[in-house]
Amino acid sequence: MSEEIIKDVIIGENEEYIVNMGPQHPSTHGVLRLEVCLKGETVKYLIPHIGYIHRGIEKMTEALTYPQIIHLTDRMDYLSAHINNEAVCLVVEDAMQIEVPERVKYIRTILDELNRLASHQLWWSAFGMDLGALTTFFYGLRDREYILDIFEESFGSRLLHSFVMPGGLMHDIHPNFQKRTKEFITYFRKKLPEYDQLLTGNVIFHNRSKGIGYMSKETAIGYGVTGPSGRGSGFSCDIRKIAPYGAYDKVQFNEILETEGDTFARYQVRMREMWESLNIIEQLIDNIPEGDYTAKMKPIIKLPAGEYFRRVETARGELAVYVVSDGNKSPYRMRFRTPNFSNLFVMNEIAKGCKIADLIAISGSLDLVIPDIDR
Amino acid sequence: MLNREELKKIIGSLEPDATFSEGTQLLEVTVPAEKLYALAEKLKSDSRTTFDYMINHTAIDFVKNFTVVYHLESTEMRHLVVLKSILEDKDNAKVDSLSALYPAVEYFEREVFDLFGIQYNNHPYLKRFFMEDGAGFPLRKDYRDEVNIIER
Repeated sequence: MSEEIIKDVIIGENEEYIVNMGPQHPSTHGVLRLEVCLKGETVKYLIPHIGYIHRGIEKMTEALTYPQIIHLTDRMDYLSAHINNEAVCLVVEDAMQIEVPERVKYIRTILDELNRLASHQLWWSAFGMDLGALTTFFYGLRDREYILDIFEESFGSRLLHSFVMPGGLMHDIHPNFQKRTKEFITYFRKKLPEYDQLLTGNVIFHNRSKGIGYMSKETAIGYGVTGPSGRGSGFSCDIRKIAPYGAYDKVQFNEILETEGDTFARYQVRMREMWESLNIIEQLIDNIPEGDYTAKMKPIIKLPAGEYFRRVETARGELAVYVVSDGNKSPYRMRFRTPNFSNLFVMNEIAKGCKIADLIAISGSLDLVIPDIDR
Repeated sequence: MLNREELKKIIGSLEPDATFSEGTQLLEVTVPAEKLYALAEKLKSDSRTTFDYMINHTAIDFVKNFTVVYHLESTEMRHLVVLKSILEDKDNAKVDSLSALYPAVEYFEREVFDLFGIQYNNHPYLKRFFMEDGAGFPLRKDYRDEVNIIER
């Protein structure tokens, strides 16, 4: 090394410089660019740059009918596709004052929770890998396969299953659905403690996550951080409890809250939520009432003129759908308030002063899905 | 949790110019654009309402005007309100930024600026958001994409 280069390196230790993380950085789980200002290894501030996967979904909805829009919502948060579908369906059913059959509510709720489980499993796999624990990826994806196989059998697709339709479901569930879901619950109840053994008690993992990326409750509320990330800071924001939809008012479950507000707390919330999801499915799976899989719907869905607002709890937080209708078969304006959008922008606040390696842990603990931000 | 009538009474006393819409799903309050910030500040700090959580902010192009919409919730009391403001001058649409009250709204406002071209006073960083080198404002009803024309 020449003397000049050595000088540069030494000066770099004391001076601020900017590093672009992304848009192809492996730890961002998608096309997100973080403009990080560093001093040595410490983060001074960061600016997220988004829009690399902006598809203009809100504009597209203005030219599509409501059943067509369902298929677009899959592509926002693809890991909780089913819950996104349901949000639009709930708005349409609200506006047209359709009472969906009990059977539909039960099945939807079970699918919501299966979807949440699959999403949390993938998050756990990727989060472990972000911190250098490769084995988590094999464990998580092995168990996620079970859920995806159930999905595939019932809806024909594994990830983007537009199975929910306004008024009910696309078709009835597969005869094997209940049996296989119960098999999965028994299986996963045995496997979930393995997750804890592998990662939760690990000393290296504790050092990487405890006290890192502290977010106070006020910050969480101010920035609108919802879902497990917000609940890790003690912000009670579970829409399943606040405004129950589907069959959530018929089941017993707890809202998981942790108050530490660090990366480890957000991790704990998701781990405990997986147990809660298993409980919810277990309460419903044997009691699915007989009946139709869809309510009687008109062939062309037109919402009465007016404004409608509906919120659901996806695997990452609060998804709100706001529709302004002028009485036509496509909405006049449709707005998706997506959870990841708010969850991303708190990063500058909580990552200030941490090391660049901790930035990876923080972004992993926020569980970002980039297409959901860009829409 | 306050019901609709109680909220109406409190908001009416905080801002006499506020008008309420009838027969809507949620309580909708429309205020003049220059009074929006003052009302939001009162709604947040008043101990009877405590609207501390901004769920959603967006705009709608009603061809004649722009309407900016804010969905606010109280995390303690769990009541919801929809704040609205009508911007008549479409070529020079301007409204006060609420980012001093709700940090989250800064980014929602940037999105609205990017897609509608509405300006915000006192916004800390009003730059294009999704389309850093984009031209035009796609969510306006009169927007035509000259490159990828899909007319229905």
